[in-house]
Amino acid sequence: MVETHTFVVYVEDRPGVLNRVASLFRRRAFNIESLTVGHTERAGVSRMTIAVKADRTGAQRIEAHLYKLVNVINVEDITSTPSVLRDLAMIKVAATQESRSDIMQLVDVFRARVVDVAPDSLIIEITGTEDKIDSLLEVLRPYGVIEMVRTGRVAITRGTKNGSSGLAVRPPASPSDEAKVSYSV
Amino acid sequence: MTLTGAQILWESLVREGATTVFGYPGGAILPAYDAMLDYPIRHVLVRHEQGATHMADGYARASGRVGVAVATSGPGATNMTTGIATAMMDSSPIVCITGQVGSHLIGYDAFQETDITGVTLPITKHNYLVTRPEDIAPAIREAFYIAAHGRPGPVLIDITKDAQQRTCELDWDGAVPKPHKRPGRRPHPEDYAQALRLINEARRPLILGGHGIMLSGAMHIVREFAERAHIPVAMTLLGIGAFPASHPLNLGMMGMHGEAWVNTAIQEADLLLAFGMRFDDRVTGNLTTYAPNAKKIHIEIDPSEINKNVRVDVAIVGDLRAVLEELLPDVAEGDRSEWIDSLASLKGDAAVRDIQNMPDSGHLYAAHVIHDLWHATDGNALVVTDVGQHQMWEAQYYKHDQPRSLITSGGLGTMGFALPAAIGAKIARPDAEVWAVVGDGGFQMTMAELGTIAQERLDLNVAIINNGYLGMVRQWQEFFYERRYAATPLLNPDFAKLAEAYGLTGTTVTTRPAVIPAVQAARAHRGTVVIDFQVEQEDSVFPMVPAGGDLHAMIRRPSPSPIVETSADP
Repeated sequence: MVETHTFVVYVEDRPGVLNRVASLFRRRAFNIESLTVGHTERAGVSRMTIAVKADRTGAQRIEAHLYKLVNVINVEDITSTPSVLRDLAMIKVAATQESRSDIMQLVDVFRARVVDVAPDSLIIEITGTEDKIDSLLEVLRPYGVIEMVRTGRVAITRGTKNGSSGLAVRPPASPSDEAKVSYSV
Repeated sequence: MTLTGAQILWESLVREGATTVFGYPGGAILPAYDAMLDYPIRHVLVRHEQGATHMADGYARASGRVGVAVATSGPGATNMTTGIATAMMDSSPIVCITGQVGSHLIGYDAFQETDITGVTLPITKHNYLVTRPEDIAPAIREAFYIAAHGRPGPVLIDITKDAQQRTCELDWDGAVPKPHKRPGRRPHPEDYAQALRLINEARRPLILGGHGIMLSGAMHIVREFAERAHIPVAMTLLGIGAFPASHPLNLGMMGMHGEAWVNTAIQEADLLLAFGMRFDDRVTGNLTTYAPNAKKIHIEIDPSEINKNVRVDVAIVGDLRAVLEELLPDVAEGDRSEWIDSLASLKGDAAVRDIQNMPDSGHLYAAHVIHDLWHATDGNALVVTDVGQHQMWEAQYYKHDQPRSLITSGGLGTMGFALPAAIGAKIARPDAEVWAVVGDGGFQMTMAELGTIAQERLDLNVAIINNGYLGMVRQWQEFFYERRYAATPLLNPDFAKLAEAYGLTGTTVTTRPAVIPAVQAARAHRGTVVIDFQVEQEDSVFPMVPAGGDLHAMIRRPSPSPIVETSADP
């Protein structure tokens, strides 16, 4: 059964690692729905959340392939683990004097917030699951969505386990000069 | 100890056990070449950097040690890519060192600048761009570790010119590789139990032996396993030699050009034991009809190969030898004579293969040449083949009893591989009798390496199976494109004269009786002999499973086949 799998991938924070991961998905013809990357609570470690459509065997192969990348520290498929999944979007929507209060009511219903007001538009910021953001988008469309930006999914498992604390991370080749360390591309 | 980056490079290579490198100098690697003169390294000057990578590959496959190739930036580096991709597909451990423009010039399209780590990202196990001398030793130590461990493969280290020129302290101990932990490789006891149950209950089991047997050093234990459980063994192309061809349980090569009884055995088996092989499409044909009756056990070191092409019932991820050592004590001694005899009876109609005593009809067939070469070398040569018809004929008719006695480009199918790989193999194993068996097409892709042979005064021999065509493509055109020979006929040079031009020896053979004397003369000659065997032009490789076809629906040898006809001649 093909479904969206969510992987949490810890990688070394080094130049080119994102390229290695993205290239892997491309050349093995796995289709990324979203990929986010950012720092973690540990220096030298980045965390990726990757959403990808695959069946069970495909997901196992993705995990195995990720582990073949030297700069990958840990991979976890959290699809069936209780988790909090979030996407963040900023939506610029056309707003006339007449429609503005209607839109702001919708924003309230969705527990989103308005972060910018211009004479003929609003910028709405919303955090939530992809479904929730899609729903807001749906009801905003009639007013005229001018522009939108979304981060893609980030995910964290519930409870106290996991995190990067248990990961054995090799030290960067020279901590004093990390920008120049070029183990990878 | 304070050294330049260039000195650290050689110091590290020597400490990692490298004695020979195959390379070609150029601007961005000049500091390294200058420093090389002070280190105990044999440098083999190639004629093209592709040759350097194939030589490193041949060196690695012949010896099991890591092969090293060196080139400059830009075109030197990009010329390496074919050899790197070849090593990647065939799991061959090589380390490629390339020079790179100065680090301050990176990204500015400097002269001979190429983003070679970007280019080789999908065709290396890992690669490095090193911009500081401090990072050279750690990169080399880790590269050797990565190249040789797990499933072997190529690693590239791109070193900027300034990193070669600047100095730093060499901290060898601090440069020790620290690979990340991987999820438990130790297979589940239940997997072992289930594997054993399947093995002990199977009535028609078959071992599929791949390159992994050699890479894992599992030749002995696979043989013990097969003998104890009385299970026949079929080989992949790269597995040839891992199980003796003369062993009664060895059926021969499987797949597209495997013998019919081998593929029939696969289709009729009730259990397949895949040992260090990856169910390549050239091996399976149509996956939906592949081995329909068989349970499948896959023992494989690379977890990403599990369930990739063929869904298996039991997957054991690990080093083949270690896994078999664990399994073997619980494998029941078996008697599967009924199954084995039934396979033997299938061989009856394949007596055409038995060309040993075939009389001469005035035609020279490639099968004759390969057979006579096998005969004349007592089956003991280290044969390096190129890609195409001659490669398949060699696999069919040269019987390899020793591991690492056939080196060929399987996964990538790289024409031009054989000559340089044979050079690497000869340098790795100077005592071996090395033969490059090549087609007239592939040979011309890298024949400039004859110059390397001459300069290094190497003693290996070259057998050109010359049919005046790009033979395998011609065969496909004959079978699948109504014999429309688009761009396959070749106008060839006089190969014997070409060899002479390099100061080597060249001969031309056009008749069957001249084959063995020519081979023996080449063996007796000190130095390299190139023999141009001018064989029947429109001969094809049989049997054949068309690409994506069913294994049991092979195109068989024509009846009467041209080879059979000649054998019926008085």
